[in-house]
Amino acid sequence: MAESQVPYAYNYLTGAEARFLDAAVERLIPTDELGPGAKDAGVTYYIDQQLRGMWGTHGRQYRSGPWHEGTPQQGFQSRLTPQEIYRVGIHEINEYCNQKHGKNFEFLAADLQDQVLHALEEGGVSLPSLSSKLFFDILWRNTEEGFFADPIYGGNRDKIGWKLLGFPGVGGSEYNARLDNPEPYRVKEPVSIVDIEQLRAKLDAQGFPKHEKLDQQGGRK
Amino acid sequence: MTTTKMKHVDAVVVGSGVVGSIMCMELANAGLSVVCLERGRMSDPQKDFTMPYVHDELKYDRHSDIFQNLSRETITVRNNMGEMALPMRELGSFKPGELVGGTAVHWGTNARRFLPHDFELRSQSEARYGKDYFPQDCTSQDWGVTYDDVEPYYDMFEHIYGVGGKAGNLDGQIQPGGNPHEGPRSREYPNPPTRRTPQGEIFAKAVSELGYTPFQGPAAAMTQEYTNLYKVHLGECQRGGFCSSHACSQGAKANPLTTVMPALYKQPTFEMRPLCNVIKVNTDSTGKKATGVTYIDARGNTVEQTADIVILATYCFNNTRLLLLSDIGTPYDPTTGKGVVGRNYSYQTGGRIHVFFDDKEFNPFIGGGMVNTSIDDLNGDVIDRSGLGFVGGAYIGCAQPGATPIKSKPVPHGTPRWGAAWKKAVAENYHHCLTVSIHGSCQSYRGHYLDLDPTYKDANGLPLLRMTYDWHQNEQKMLKWMYEKITQIVKVMNPSKYHAHPIASKYSIVPYQSTHNMGGVAMGADPATSAVNKHLQSWDIPNLFVVGGSAFPQNPAQGPTETIGMLACWAADGIKDIYLKRPGQSMV
Ligand SMILES: Cc1cc2nc3c(=O)[nH]c(=O)nc-3n(C[C@H](O)[C@H](O)[C@H](O)COP(=O)(O)OP(=O)(O)OC[C@H]3O[C@@H](n4cnc5c(N)ncnc54)[C@H](O)[C@@H]3O)c2cc1C
Ligand code: SF4
Repeated sequence: MAESQVPYAYNYLTGAEARFLDAAVERLIPTDELGPGAKDAGVTYYIDQQLRGMWGTHGRQYRSGPWHEGTPQQGFQSRLTPQEIYRVGIHEINEYCNQKHGKNFEFLAADLQDQVLHALEEGGVSLPSLSSKLFFDILWRNTEEGFFADPIYGGNRDKIGWKLLGFPGVGGSEYNARLDNPEPYRVKEPVSIVDIEQLRAKLDAQGFPKHEKLDQQGGRK
Repeated sequence: MTTTKMKHVDAVVVGSGVVGSIMCMELANAGLSVVCLERGRMSDPQKDFTMPYVHDELKYDRHSDIFQNLSRETITVRNNMGEMALPMRELGSFKPGELVGGTAVHWGTNARRFLPHDFELRSQSEARYGKDYFPQDCTSQDWGVTYDDVEPYYDMFEHIYGVGGKAGNLDGQIQPGGNPHEGPRSREYPNPPTRRTPQGEIFAKAVSELGYTPFQGPAAAMTQEYTNLYKVHLGECQRGGFCSSHACSQGAKANPLTTVMPALYKQPTFEMRPLCNVIKVNTDSTGKKATGVTYIDARGNTVEQTADIVILATYCFNNTRLLLLSDIGTPYDPTTGKGVVGRNYSYQTGGRIHVFFDDKEFNPFIGGGMVNTSIDDLNGDVIDRSGLGFVGGAYIGCAQPGATPIKSKPVPHGTPRWGAAWKKAVAENYHHCLTVSIHGSCQSYRGHYLDLDPTYKDANGLPLLRMTYDWHQNEQKMLKWMYEKITQIVKVMNPSKYHAHPIASKYSIVPYQSTHNMGGVAMGADPATSAVNKHLQSWDIPNLFVVGGSAFPQNPAQGPTETIGMLACWAADGIKDIYLKRPGQSMV
């Protein structure tokens, strides 16, 4: 599988880790007839940026021991930071893939990749350093974030996630007036924080974008 | 270590949230010198919270620096006394704030009064249904005040927070368009209700068919420009979504920064001191008088602030923890049922049904400012509860909070969690779903409580607060019954499909539920079962007041903050009208 055409440099991830993530996130949100998937949306780069930032070292999380696994209701209890979870997790999952299928994750066929992801999700892969479910849950959470968060974080490139939903982005100038209006509100192009910073959007006096709207064409959105 | 001593003041208020800000304002207004100590940083809404940066879901839902910084302090949690409590390492179930202005800087603005019945739940229910009505281990109790006592303070808070709504009961006269089940109010809301959304219209039609009475739920996001009781000006809500959990750029979301601070900062006898983490309430040698508080300042110095009156307004958790750390009041012991500090911790129950319509297209991103259509017909003592087998009630609502794309994309039941089928379902349903939700009460029980953790410490080396909490059968039975009722409502809407969220078998710290943590320093008429009296004055230390949701003996259905703000107005008035005339004396 080819590397994604990333015009950005990775800060934390190694090339091998980026290849793993490109392959994995593309299975989680695939490219299909509805449009591009997570790989093209730049989710790998989004994860890289999150990892190098405050969240990557759990800067605002409680990080003192003693460490116990606890019950599911007690939530995250790993001693590892997200940086470590990705680094160690990817390495150990690739070891597992090599043992079981003779190849790194990114070289497996799509249906085998799905199988591995399902096994991770169910906690069915025993990794030496962490629960495979913990790894999967963080990966899926970050993939969803990277696909739908404002492009300011490096994912949701070209507002791919928002276009999939028909989400207009930053709240529009007319929303208050439209509150009790059932007419569908559809925009030609969602407006992001990046668009506003780069002066690509028309704004009202209060800073709310004046979305360019599509004509009503009926049919389902 | 040396302790710096600050100039003595009349009153020190710890915490600058809904409660702290109003307490400061009212006492400074009465001419007292007041210092407010806040652990969080200073904030200036006009500079800190601007368009388009407040419309950032990742930041405000997950990573904002206006939420509590758990690296310095968290709580520990367990479901029952048999388990070892472990620290809440990341925010999940609730999201307390940490900055000047507190949690309400990012609250949702749902602002409802409790029902008169709620304040006298125990005595009224036992009178109506008999002594066996409450589960044996239920410690829910009367508040020590009645609705009539506090009605003027609800009114006052509504005129500080600019609540928009339509009265349902004006001085005993039922009014069309409002909630007919509410307690009598002395006058109309200060602002008109929200306009009804298309989704709210569908809900209203369905519930009307079933004989219920829909109304626009009251909210503290301005439905028009408004100048409040303190002469502070608020802007009109723009319904741009990105609301609950987010700060507001429009000065439209009522909170301490938009309703009180601009007036408070003008008071010559007031001083705000941010980045001051209070660690103890100090008492004199008798242990019956508070002398002030000790805090750690921004530079790490230990500082003592003496004061004639000490007011704790640090939210449920630290109100309880500071009493325990300061050895004030008897800690609650669940094995004997004795002691009061940490007793009667409760939460909020919730449920929802996602309702899908193939043939209708909504604009789910338009909303916020808690625009909602509700019914109160299943709440409090509105219905005859004999034979139901549970205590409590709920309001049912259909809200348009502004569906943001990371967290609000409901998909029909049976959709896989990821992959192509998930992607398709997300795309197909985002514009076609509304949600009917249950916002329910939560009783207090003998085994649900707060105490100090024996193992885990905060950044100052002090024990964390420990929460022992789980869902009780009573709340699960109530939810089951509510789900049956709202399923009837949903069916009348004639949707393409719908699905209900399952009732959790155990309480989990992981998914966000609500920042409605109640109790620990309950108010009441009896010092054996309450830590503060009806004026929120400590039973043990008359010049100490502990104010907030910590005082709720249990949690009614409506959402707490309207009542938390009301209690601040009520407690402040008590101090001014009663306490200051006989300082150092018990007010009851
Ligand atoms: C996302 C969200 C949505 C919400 N929506 C609603 C809603 O729609 N309706 C509703 O009724 N309620 C809602 N709430 C709850 C509401 O925000 C709270 O009830 C309210 O803010 C409580 O006010 P308070 O003054 O008691 O506490 P807070 O606002 O939490 O203020 C306490 C202050 O004390 C400070 N503090 C704590 N410990 C110390 C210490 N040791 N030293 C110094 N300072 C300290 C804190 O930093 C904080 O600023 C919501 C909350 C959240 C997070
Ligand atoms: S929806 Fe209204 S109250 Fe909420 S953030 Fe926007 S303007 Fe403020």
